[in-house]
Amino acid sequence: MGALSYHFNIDGEDFSSAGDASVAMKKTLRQLGFPNDVVRRCSIAMYEGEINMVIHANGGTADVDVYPDKIVIVLEDHGPGIPDVELAMKEGYSTSTEQIRNMGFGAGMGLPNMKRYTESLEIETQVGVGTKLTMVVGV
Amino acid sequence: MTVQALTERLGLTPLCLPDPDREIEGGYTGDLLSWVMGNARSGDAWITIMSNQNIIAVATLADTACIILTEGVQPDPGVLELAEKKDINLLTTQASSFAIGAKVAACL
Repeated sequence: MGALSYHFNIDGEDFSSAGDASVAMKKTLRQLGFPNDVVRRCSIAMYEGEINMVIHANGGTADVDVYPDKIVIVLEDHGPGIPDVELAMKEGYSTSTEQIRNMGFGAGMGLPNMKRYTESLEIETQVGVGTKLTMVVGV
Repeated sequence: MTVQALTERLGLTPLCLPDPDREIEGGYTGDLLSWVMGNARSGDAWITIMSNQNIIAVATLADTACIILTEGVQPDPGVLELAEKKDINLLTTQASSFAIGAKVAACL
């Protein structure tokens, strides 16, 4: 059985609409009848990625492929890239500005949350070129 | 206990109550959104001083039962409309996060 595919453009300019793609995906997964836990894990992982793209990369794209036994989320941006992935994966490490922190972001939990809530997280990144994240959530 | 019952019991001010019968199963206090996303559980009453639009997305995705804004914090412009649109229960109180957290815990 093939996948159902969904594509979202993440607007990098607009913090107030950050999360719209994740919320839309959550609704879709619910309608498709996935268990609450699966819906929640997908939503959280995708939201963290979405927020990261708004904070660091001036937006990007999200592509979600839904299979009966797994959900694959691919997030891609043309932002600055991640110079030290190992450091970025550390809980509490953040390069966000004071302004971003005042909005409640920049806790340094984005990538750790993505890893925590998915079966696999693959990071392809190149400084000055961009970042591609592939996350798989098992059903 | 439902959100409506908690609102009455603790004298909270409802700003938006589209789902008053939602059952509260626990509580979580925090202002760092990713931290809340990662640790709040579905059905929690989320206690925070963060008042910008992003709290609605976090409450939606983390599936919390309600948001309780403490210390007399009022939501930023547009938040109320968004809460109504997304069916998020939004309450406010003059009490501190610590005080309300203790009271919510005592109710559960």
